[in-house]
Order: sequence, then structure tokens, then C-alpha cells
Amino acid sequence: MEYFVTEIDRDGTVAVDDTILIKDYETKAGSHILDGFVPLFSGDAVERLLGAGYAVRGKTHTGEFGLDIAGETSYHGVCRKADGTLSTAAAEAVAAGVVRQALCVDVNGAPRRGAALSGVDFLKPTYGTVSRYGIIPTACSGEQVGVCAGDAESVKELLAVIAGHDGKDGTSLPAASYDYTADKTIAGLKIAVVQEYYDAAADEIKARLDAYIASLKEADAEVTMISLPDAKAYATAWQIMLSAETCNNISRYDGVKFGYRTPTYKDIDELYVNSRTEGLGFTAKANVLYGSDVLSKNQYLRCYDKSLRIRRLASEKMKEVFAAYDAVLCPVMRTASVEAYDTADTFERTQQELLFTAVPSLTGIPAMVTGGVQLWSAAFGESTLLSIAKAMEGRADK
Amino acid sequence: MKYEVVMGLETHVELETKSKIFCSCGGHSEADQPNDCVCPACCGMPGMLPVTNKHAVELAVKAGIMLNCHINQYATFDKKSYYYPDLPCAYQITQWFHPICTDGYVEVPTKYGTSRIGIKQIHMEEDAGKLVHDDWADVSYVDFNRTSVPLIEIVSRPDFRSAEEVLNYLEKLKAMFRFGGISECEEGAMRCDVNISICPEGSEELGVRSEIKNMSSLTAIERAIKYEVARHIDALERHTETLVQETRRWDDIKNRTFAMRNKETAADYRYFPDPNLMPIVVDDEWLASIREHMPATIEEKTAEYTDMGLSAQDIASLVSERKLCDIFDAVVADGRKPGDTAAWILTDCAGILRRSGKVIGELNIAPDDLSYIIGAVDEGKINRNVGKKVLSAVIEKGVSPEQYIKEQALDAKVDESLLLETVQKVLATETKAVGDYLGGKTKALQSLFGSCMKALRGKGDPAVIRELLEKEIEKLR
Ligand SMILES: [Zn+2]
Repeated sequence: MEYFVTEIDRDGTVAVDDTILIKDYETKAGSHILDGFVPLFSGDAVERLLGAGYAVRGKTHTGEFGLDIAGETSYHGVCRKADGTLSTAAAEAVAAGVVRQALCVDVNGAPRRGAALSGVDFLKPTYGTVSRYGIIPTACSGEQVGVCAGDAESVKELLAVIAGHDGKDGTSLPAASYDYTADKTIAGLKIAVVQEYYDAAADEIKARLDAYIASLKEADAEVTMISLPDAKAYATAWQIMLSAETCNNISRYDGVKFGYRTPTYKDIDELYVNSRTEGLGFTAKANVLYGSDVLSKNQYLRCYDKSLRIRRLASEKMKEVFAAYDAVLCPVMRTASVEAYDTADTFERTQQELLFTAVPSLTGIPAMVTGGVQLWSAAFGESTLLSIAKAMEGRADK
Repeated sequence: MKYEVVMGLETHVELETKSKIFCSCGGHSEADQPNDCVCPACCGMPGMLPVTNKHAVELAVKAGIMLNCHINQYATFDKKSYYYPDLPCAYQITQWFHPICTDGYVEVPTKYGTSRIGIKQIHMEEDAGKLVHDDWADVSYVDFNRTSVPLIEIVSRPDFRSAEEVLNYLEKLKAMFRFGGISECEEGAMRCDVNISICPEGSEELGVRSEIKNMSSLTAIERAIKYEVARHIDALERHTETLVQETRRWDDIKNRTFAMRNKETAADYRYFPDPNLMPIVVDDEWLASIREHMPATIEEKTAEYTDMGLSAQDIASLVSERKLCDIFDAVVADGRKPGDTAAWILTDCAGILRRSGKVIGELNIAPDDLSYIIGAVDEGKINRNVGKKVLSAVIEKGVSPEQYIKEQALDAKVDESLLLETVQKVLATETKAVGDYLGGKTKALQSLFGSCMKALRGKGDPAVIRELLEKEIEKLR
């Protein structure tokens, strides 16, 4: 199994996905159009982990601009599990013990799905706690660098290293650092299970959630079924913003300045069109078309502007939920495994999976995948998520 | 038939900041070579994020205050998408949804009195780069030095009725912005789009509108307006063509406007708020501090200097350049007399600059240095002629006046013994002149005085030297 696009240091214990820049190493975010792009600087998260004495083992494969289910659209080829089903290279590398931890950019939930598919943990922290400086931009309003690791303690350890204010990112929050713990008491925590997400999951996932709920109850947590009637609208809103922002951000790859340039063109228009036609994959193109449409003069109010309003409503709704509950428990994806499928279906299939992962991206709240399920908390509630994960991992080990 | 011309202006002005609007590169004026003044951010490298230059926001707010605008305390930066090789990200960051200033006006002098021109809005944006075409080699090069240089775009209401009003408006903005430290308004740093339509006088219905894009010289603007007015009238009266709403460009060599290709203009810019830039919130405290630090206007300075008793001519010369006012104000604040200070700047400094073919606007002297020289003359430490000599050395060689006076032994008081010695030496050697003087030819004293001055090479106070000379020569009787 080939996890790495580029190997950097065989003694390194951390993998970094190919969407995060590492100075002097070609960085392509899984796309042909970034061929030969060698960054002049590293991402802030990378600088922090190097500064703390960690070494980077290599850059792991990602799907093109992180827009697919679990890395299957990488220009470098698909990373598969031993049984032939899909998962992300980062989660597989952690699961195989090749690295202890991995940094992955979460745009549409792919690293969360990877963690569930490979049976490891992943935490997407609160928006603005980890700098986005030095990541190949796709959907800037929701993308965050998160940590993948074998257990909650290892996630916590690396997250504390990479989180903190960065003046180079205008959306970075002011706290210089964050103290996380994975040792909060679980007994007495109020956990909500969202009916709409539960109902949309396949039976194998329902069974997994039922078991998790049972463990939580055994640990004296209080579990309640709640409803998010607008769950579908939240997912659509994030799809619209995700595609719009991605379309805008990847417009800069035009064959003029860096990356792939078509060998055949007569004028500047052909240079643009041919470079992009040949350099971008199907999923990226689908997002460009969808994104251009929702931003067009005729659709802006009906689509993009409305999505901004839904984002605000979703934030208000989540504040309401977290005023009453400490965490939300829901599926990460509909099924427990994904078979390879026809590329032409990527856009539709990822859009379906977005139902489960959209809210944290849309509203900036943290989301953690552990034991194949997903937990959300209010902004800055990472310690609650880590503590639940650690407690449940402890029970499973017994 | 008589026609009424209706025009509106969109004026781009480059803000005078130390760095670009979203990165820390210096302004393009510092760059010698193409792409000298660029970084990964303003080249559009993925991974770089924009961080707003607070000073640019302050200057935009100041411009808004100068133009009597409402300052919006909540403003956004928005992305405008289009493809052009000089636009590295394929989007420009501008203010589309919530501009920083709205609803202002400016009073413009005309032959008939004063016209009030409405300002619809002022928004901030980043400039694009520049393409350099080499027709000989049939290639184009991109220069990103200008990319991300902060601009404000001032959108007027359609309140202009003549080319004269347009030109006076632009002259007024230019004077105001230069004096207020908003923009140097150098060649090319102020660019203009003119929207123009004509209709029969008194008609309620507006004519077909054409927009002439991107002109930077006042003469070109004037000629373009005259050409367009004539073209519109011809179309209406002689049916030379059917007017359509379109964007045109002015060709300064062919002396006419041309319609731009539809493709260049009919874009859907797909505006949306930039998620990388938090909305600008100008809170009460910040706004109050900006208002407090508003630079004085030309009118206020003129009144202030009049109160100090300066002549109208001196005032006009000083307020022609903000820099001169800054130097003058600092020197006066240091305790020097206003009239003296104005003379030192406008006569002495100007004279020294003129010798090397420079104009007073190019004066570059630390106010402390000038104040020191004036003070030294006032206190009699050096005489005025020596003061001038010190001033030239300061302006031309950048020396420190205090050190220069010491090194060249110019200090009148310190060297009284030297003066005496020189006078005695002259009297001892020029016996003929001494004899003449003592014999009654009082004119001979002048030649002795000249010899003393020559021997001293300009050092010492002439009045003191003359006094010493008279005293010493009397002793020889
Ligand atoms: Zn720059």
C-alpha cells in the first residue's frame, strides 16, 4: 500500500496531507493542474509541529482538492484498503501504524469519513483555532486543519501543538494557545442523537450507533433523541458555499503562472480552456460548474445569499441545541464501507454524504470521529469530544 | 436644438500607504524592475491569505470624511471574478455589498459659481498588475508590482454638466488628497471612467449612455468628453449612427473613442463576500480617533497662516505642498518666528534647490535641522550668511548642522580670539592701507575689512569683525 505522494523523513511520526504546503516539496492537492508547484513556505500547522520537534514522514494522497468521499479522485491514483474498499491514505497510514498522527484538511468531511472507514479518530477543531495559512484553498469559510490519530490522547497531543493565533490568517481567533483535556467526567453529560441523521443511515450504522448509545448510558451519560428539521437545508447550503468558494479559489490555476500548462494553444483563451480541461478532474469541474451557477447574477440571491442566511440560522439552531446538550451524536456516513464507483457519480455521491458532515463545516463547530461515529459540540468544546471519545475507547478496550 | 450633457465619474485613486492592501510588500513606486515588489500573496500563490492593511482603511475613511460622506461602520470585502493574465487569483478583492463610505458631496468651483457634485460611494479595492506587450517578439509579459496596491474608487452621481466641471472636480480631488496625505496623485495614480449621455435641454428622458474607460490625463479626459458629446449630437441630429449603451476607450493618438469588444465588457463578475477577510468594523472609538487626526484642509491651513501674519504669497507657496507645511509647522512649533521660518524655507531653501535644478517641492530637510540653523542665527552663534552656508551643506550633503558648525569653526563666539588674531595680522601686513586710513582716507577701512573676511574664509560675524577692526586700528594712532 502506497500512502505517500512524497516521502520526506523515514523517521517522521506525522503524515501531512497533500493539501497542506511543505516548503520545497511539490504540493498538488491531488490535482494534475498543480503539477510542478513547489511552495516557497510551509503551512503554519506544519511550522508548529516542526517547531515542537515532530518530523514529517511524508505527504499523503488526497482526493482532488479534498472534494470527494475519501480520497478516490486523486490524480495519483486511488488508495484502497486491503479488502479493496475505499479510505483515505492518511487514515490508513495511521491505522497501519506507519505514522502516529496525521494532519488533514477537512473541507467536505473526507478526513472524517476516512477515519470511520479505517477505524481511527479524527478531530476537526473549531473554525479559527488552527491557522489556514499554507493550505491549498478550496472552501475558505469552512475548511480547517484537523488531526487524525489512533486514539483520543494522541489527537489531543497534536491538536494542542497546531492550534493558536496566527497573524497571517485574518480569520484566526485571538487565543495564543488552547488547553485541551481528554479526562472530563462522562457521567451526567447530556448527549443528543439527531433523529433525521439516524434515520438516513444504513442498518449497519444504526446498529453501531445503538451500541455506542448503550455504552454512553452505561457510563451514566444521558442520551436523548432530538430533531433537526432543517438538516437537509444545512447540507444544501454548505454544498452551495463549498462549490462557490472552490470554483472561485481554483480559478487561479489557469496555466499562466504555475502548475500544469497545456502544450496546445493558439491564444490566451485556448491556453486557459485547454489547461483547465486537461488539468482538472471530473469532481473539480463539477464543482466549478455548480459554483459558477450559484454565484451568477441570476442565481446569487436564490442560492448563495440564501445559503448565507441558512448558515446563520444553522448557527442559531446549534447554539440552542448546545444550550441544552453537551454533545450531539450522529453517523459520519451512510454506510460502513464504500466500494469503488464510477467517477461520473462523485458529485452526487459526495453531496449525499454531506448530509452527515455539513453542519460543523457550515457553522464552524468542532466534530470528532471516534469508534466509527461522529460527535459534535459547541464551539471550543473539543475537550468534551476528546473526553467522550477517550472514555468510550477505554470501555471498548476492556 | 440645445442639449444638456449628463456625466458621472468613477475615479480610482491610489492610496499612499507604506505597504500593499493585503500583504506586506511595499508600494510599487519602490520597485525598479518588473516584479521587484511582489510576494507569494500578491502573486496569487495558493496558501497565502490576505490580511487587511489598517492604514489603507483609515485613509479611505479620511477620504470619505473629506468628501462629506457617511462612514459605514460595517463594511465588507467582496470577490469579483474574471480572467485576465494580470489578475493573479482570477478575482479582485473589492467592496461590492457594503462599501466603506456612501452619500457625500464635494463643492467644485466653476465659471458660474459653485457646483455641488454628489458622491454615491467610495469603495476600497486592490489594483491589478500590468501586461507589457512586446510586439516585436510577439509575446506579453506580466508585471505584478502594481497588484494589490490599495485603491479607492470614488463613484459620483450623474451631476456633471460640462467638461469644465469634470476637470475642476478632478483638480479639487487631487489637491485635497495630496494635501491630506491620502494620495500622491502622481501621473497614472488617478484614473477615471466617464459615463456620458446627452438629452435635449429640459427633457426628462435620459439619453443613451456610453462609458469611456480608464483615462489618466486631464487633457485626454477633456478631449474624450468633447468627442463623445459631438458624436452623440451627430447621432441624434444627423443620424450618423444608432447610439447603444456601450463601453468605449479613448485613443489619444487617433483622437477619438472606440467601442470595446463586447467580450471585454459583458462579464458576470460573480460577486460574493470574501470569507478570508472579516468584515471591517469601524467602531465609534476608531472613527473618533480618525476624525481627531484628520489633516487640516488647505482652507484651514490658509486661515491659520493668515493669523500668524504671513503674506498671501508666502501662504500660497506653503500650502502648494503639504510637505512644506509640515516642515514649517514643526519649525514654528520648535519656537522659531513664523515670518523668519517662511523666509528661510521659501527664499533660502528654494534658492539652494534652484542651484541644482530642483524645485521647492523636492525639499527634504529635517525640521529639527532647519530650526537649529535659524536658532543659531537668532542667538548670534553664527551670522545669517554662515547660516545659509550651513543650510546648503545640510540640504546638499545631508550633514548635521551642529557638527558642521563645529568642524568648520563657524561659531562666532567660540573663535573671538581667532578673529582678533586675524585682524592684527592683517593690520601688521597691510601697512599701506593702514597708513592711508590713519591719514584720513576712511575708505581704506573697507579694503582692510575685505582682507580680514578673506583670511577668515567666511567665518565669524561681519559686525563683530568690523568692530574689532575699528578698535584695533585706533590703537595704532
Ligand atoms: Zn505582496
